Amino acid sequence: MLRRVLLVVPVLFGLLVLTFVLVRVVPNDPSAALAGQNATPAQIAEIRAKYGFDRPLVVQFFVYLRNVAQGDFGTSMYTGRPVARDIAQRLPATLELTFAALLLGVGLGVPLGVIAAVRHNTWVDHALRVVTVGGVAIASFWFAIMLQLLFAMALDVLPLRGRLGTALDAPRFLTGLYLVDSLAAGRLDVFWDALKHLTLPTVTLSFGALATITRFTRSGVLETLQKDYVTYATAAGYPRRVLIPVYVLRNSLVATVTQIGLLFGALLAGAVVVEAVYDWPGIGSYAVFAIFTSDYKAILAVTLLVGVVYACVNILVDLVLGLIDPRVAEQL
Amino acid sequence: MLVLRKFARDASGMAGFVIVALAALVALLAPWLAPHPLDAHESHPVQRLQAPSRDFPFGTDNLGRDVLSRVILGARPALTVALLVVGASMAIGVPLGLVAGYRSGWTCEAIMRVTDVVLAVPQLILALALAQLLGPSLRNAMVALTLTYWPFFTRIVFAETRRLKTAVFVEALQGLNAGGPRIMFAHILPNAAPSIIVRATIGMGFTILSAAVLGFLGMGATPPDPEWGLAVAESREYLPDAWWFATFPGIAIFLVVFGFNLFGDGLRDVVDPRLRRSR
Repeated sequence: MLRRVLLVVPVLFGLLVLTFVLVRVVPNDPSAALAGQNATPAQIAEIRAKYGFDRPLVVQFFVYLRNVAQGDFGTSMYTGRPVARDIAQRLPATLELTFAALLLGVGLGVPLGVIAAVRHNTWVDHALRVVTVGGVAIASFWFAIMLQLLFAMALDVLPLRGRLGTALDAPRFLTGLYLVDSLAAGRLDVFWDALKHLTLPTVTLSFGALATITRFTRSGVLETLQKDYVTYATAAGYPRRVLIPVYVLRNSLVATVTQIGLLFGALLAGAVVVEAVYDWPGIGSYAVFAIFTSDYKAILAVTLLVGVVYACVNILVDLVLGLIDPRVAEQL
Repeated sequence: MLVLRKFARDASGMAGFVIVALAALVALLAPWLAPHPLDAHESHPVQRLQAPSRDFPFGTDNLGRDVLSRVILGARPALTVALLVVGASMAIGVPLGLVAGYRSGWTCEAIMRVTDVVLAVPQLILALALAQLLGPSLRNAMVALTLTYWPFFTRIVFAETRRLKTAVFVEALQGLNAGGPRIMFAHILPNAAPSIIVRATIGMGFTILSAAVLGFLGMGATPPDPEWGLAVAESREYLPDAWWFATFPGIAIFLVVFGFNLFGDGLRDVVDPRLRRSR
């Protein structure tokens, strides 16, 4: 297990190098961009000196490394605030959204996958297959807009954008997840409003995940159903409603859980798009904003953060796999 | 032949193939199929935002252009991007995977560690950052997508090569003193081809989606190009009234990607029956 964790270190270092090189070597001059169109060469030079763009790249990189090690990602050139604080403030919103999407995806996807496998080759299975192949083919930005059109604009039952109605204040900070914080504060009205705001973004984001989880659960369960012990248990008259959810499912989930780790990357990438469409105040919309404004420190920090989160989730997944199937733990 | 016959029996795989073939046909014949081919770049403010009618089955957009024509004309850039990005990614990723899998030592380590780093961030996020750094344009979007997609091929080819490296026929070739490049490209590559083809087919759909996202976020195609993602972005200001402006380009994206996914799924079943459907 320790080996598994150590393997991540060179990857993260490589990521630091990669993003740094990309952002500092490829682009249009960030100093000029920051100074504006009418800036004099002197003003540009001043900004260059202020942000250290005039020093050798290697020096800039080591300065960056030292700062990152201290948790200092620099000051956003656009918001004028420390990037670390911007991110800390926005991270809970993204986590709330991705967790909700993952929960919905797993909560619906696993049962649907089981149903598809049990009803193998019937119309239920075929219908689910069309939905799952279709689910990964929908452009999330378009799906988001269609949901907005229907539920927010035409029917007017759910809010169009944002995380909370303007009439309400955010609940007192506890976890940063509005659903949890509002309950802790005993504010059911805030909880309800936050839930309504969360619904459309979650549905949009979870759709692709739902499709993938259903597919993998289905093929896992199908494979397990052919095992001898299942045949034996069936022959011995074990009731299927115990056999399938308890004995079959546990042995079928390895592929699904592995996939959930990989899906988390897709969810984070999807969050960028979904947050942009729904004005969700998280890391994703921050990233889009940073990219639009060539805010290179913010871009570096977000990319790195996503890499770290992604790596951690996949280590976590390996741990969970060990719990589900002890045979997997031995290989780690 | 057997493979073809087997594939023909797979209804959804065939459906995917038909959709892809139709999309390719539309892309090829777009200027002749579109009722108003000039609407790629011309605008007619007088007839802006008209609802679907007999003259304009999909309505008109904010500049009075026929949405149907622009959806048809958008097929060409979408498929071109997919072909070029997947093709270039294969050209980079496949040889690297072969070399890394066949050789060991620092060559392998160097290639695979770089692959790991690129794969450590979700493709879309890296591609977005890269596209912005290069400057928004369709060409740069393609470069960005390629630079972030090749590792997927490297991973697959690496795994296949590692598996085949110890096969008897490779040992026999080594015994005959065949050169490394020859073994890799003439003997291992054909054996790895099925997995590469399946990945490429699904990658086509995936790339069309990613390119549409880049277009939607303003990092891909630039106005007035008839690109689907860009069209959806342009439509947002005119919702909910001009629903047709947003709806039809999205359906076009869905259909083409759906086609590629079904096709790829069907191919996978044929190529590797062990993997049964939908693995």
